[in-house]
Formats: sequence, C-alpha cells, structure tokens
Amino acid sequence: MTAIFCKLLQICNLVVIFFTGLCDLVMLATRAFSLIGKRAISTSVCVRGGHGVAKVEDYTLPAYFDRRETPLPDIAYVQTLTPEQKALKEKEKGSWAALSNAEKVALYHLSFKQSFAEMNQGTGEWKSVVGGIMFFVGLTGLVVLWQRKYVYGPVPHTLDPEYKQQELQRMLDMRMNPVEGFSAKWDYENKQWKK
Amino acid sequence: MFFLNSIIKWSPVASRCYSHGKVETDEEFDARWVTYFSKPDIDGWELRKGMNTLIGYDLVPEPKVLDSALRACRRLNDLASAIRILEAVKDKAGPHKDIYPYLIQELQPTLAELGISTPEELGIDKL
Repeated sequence: MTAIFCKLLQICNLVVIFFTGLCDLVMLATRAFSLIGKRAISTSVCVRGGHGVAKVEDYTLPAYFDRRETPLPDIAYVQTLTPEQKALKEKEKGSWAALSNAEKVALYHLSFKQSFAEMNQGTGEWKSVVGGIMFFVGLTGLVVLWQRKYVYGPVPHTLDPEYKQQELQRMLDMRMNPVEGFSAKWDYENKQWKK
Repeated sequence: MFFLNSIIKWSPVASRCYSHGKVETDEEFDARWVTYFSKPDIDGWELRKGMNTLIGYDLVPEPKVLDSALRACRRLNDLASAIRILEAVKDKAGPHKDIYPYLIQELQPTLAELGISTPEELGIDKL
C-alpha cells in the first residue's frame, strides 16, 4: 500500500516539476522549491524495500577546521563532554571573571583544536624538500657519469685532434668572420694568433 | 523562500565596485555590523556566520563592531569564541603590529566588564 502511494506521489511530483520547469523561473521558483521540499520529505519518510532511512555518513556532516579565514568553525572541536567538562560549561554561563585562567584555556580547547599561533606555525617541511631535491639531483649526476663511461660509444672521428686542426685551417683559409670574429683574430702575415 | 525570509539580507553595497551607484560609507558599514551582532536573540550560527564573513573582508573591524560581537558571545555563554575573535583580529592585522594593541586598548572596558581574558593573558598566543 505504502509502495503504491509512494509511486503515485513520485509520478505526481515528476509531472508537476516537468510543467514548472517550462514556466518562468522567478515566479514559480517558490512553488517549485516548496514542491521539491515536499518531495524530499516524502521520500525520506517513504520506506522502500524495508531498508528505512539512509545512514548519515560522517563526511556529510559539518566538519571541524582550523583556518585563519574561518575563525569560528561549524562545530566545536570536542563534541562529547565528560562530566567535568559539562560542569565547566555550566560555570561558563555565569560570570566569566569567576573563571580561572586554566579554566578559560580549558574552555577554549573544548571549542577549538589549535590556537592561531599553533595553526600558523611553519612545519620546516621545506628543509626536507630542498634536501630531497639536492639528493636526487646528485643521484642523477652519478647516473650520468656512469652512463658516460659505460653506455656511450666512441665520439665521431671529426673530433680527433688532427681533424680539428684541418678544420681550423679551413676556417682561416675561407676567412670566416674576418671583421670582428674568428679570422679577425688571426695574423695572416706572421701566421699566428694576434696578440 | 520560507527560510530565507527569516535572515538578514546579505548584499553588502560597500563590497561591490560600482562605477555608479551609492557607495556605503565606513560609518554605515560599521553601523550595519554593530546592528547585526546586537540582535538580542542572536544564535550560534549567526555569530559564526557574521564573524567568518567579517574576517573575510579586507579590513580589521572597528572596536565598536568587535564590542558588539563580544557581547553577542556573552549572550551565547561562549567564552571560547570571544577569545578566538581576539586572536582572529590580531591575525587579520597582519604586518601592522600597532593595530591589535590599539584594539585591545579600546576594548579594555568591555573586556574587564565581561571578564574576557586576552590570548596574551592566557598564554595561547605563544606556542
């Protein structure tokens, strides 16, 4: 019986929502919202397949955060209070001047996990990061050295000293960069580099 | 809509950069916030929302606004939030180290009246 009733409600709501979706948003928004609101209520009460209401997950509830930009979080840090803490909370309802400094700090730590000083402190993590970078760069350097010795083949013959000499002579013969560059530094009369 | 009717409108004229249109003066801004926190039956959510919004602005609140907020904490029997507010405005002043002492000096009568200790007195400003 309840299943049929639920199905009927769902169909009715779907039809209504379809029509409201076609019309002017501003004017009918209120009506649409109230209908959706009713639908939300009806489905949460509606028992389907005997499973009841869905379990509320922790991550869906308001959470506690220590943030500079949000000094007062959504919930207090300590949610379940011991009898002493409850008594302290009762005392808080009276004059605050009657509380000792220790009690005030205790009340603070019931509502908040870290003070601003604690939350803003640096971690020194940067030292680990820089150290890690230097270590891995060093390791890579060792790998490169090993590669040079054991992996790379011989260099081309064009890097032999004799070949390089011939290259140099050729560059001078064709007067490469004669004004300000290469050949400009060679003294052609005396066949030596200019002093 | 039935829910939204019950809370104060959240459109601050001051924070928008209109090329035309009325700009809210500092006094109007302060007055608006003093009124917000002065609500006699303010609840915890409203206090938190108000403070978090106020801290979100690019300014350090005036002493009279903070006074109103601290009294709201008193009405809610929430000493922890009162101390947290003081910490937050000190943090908000950033490198301008002379703002916080000025605020404490201006708030001294209220702090004495309500029995609120500053974070320095409680030692929670240190690690």
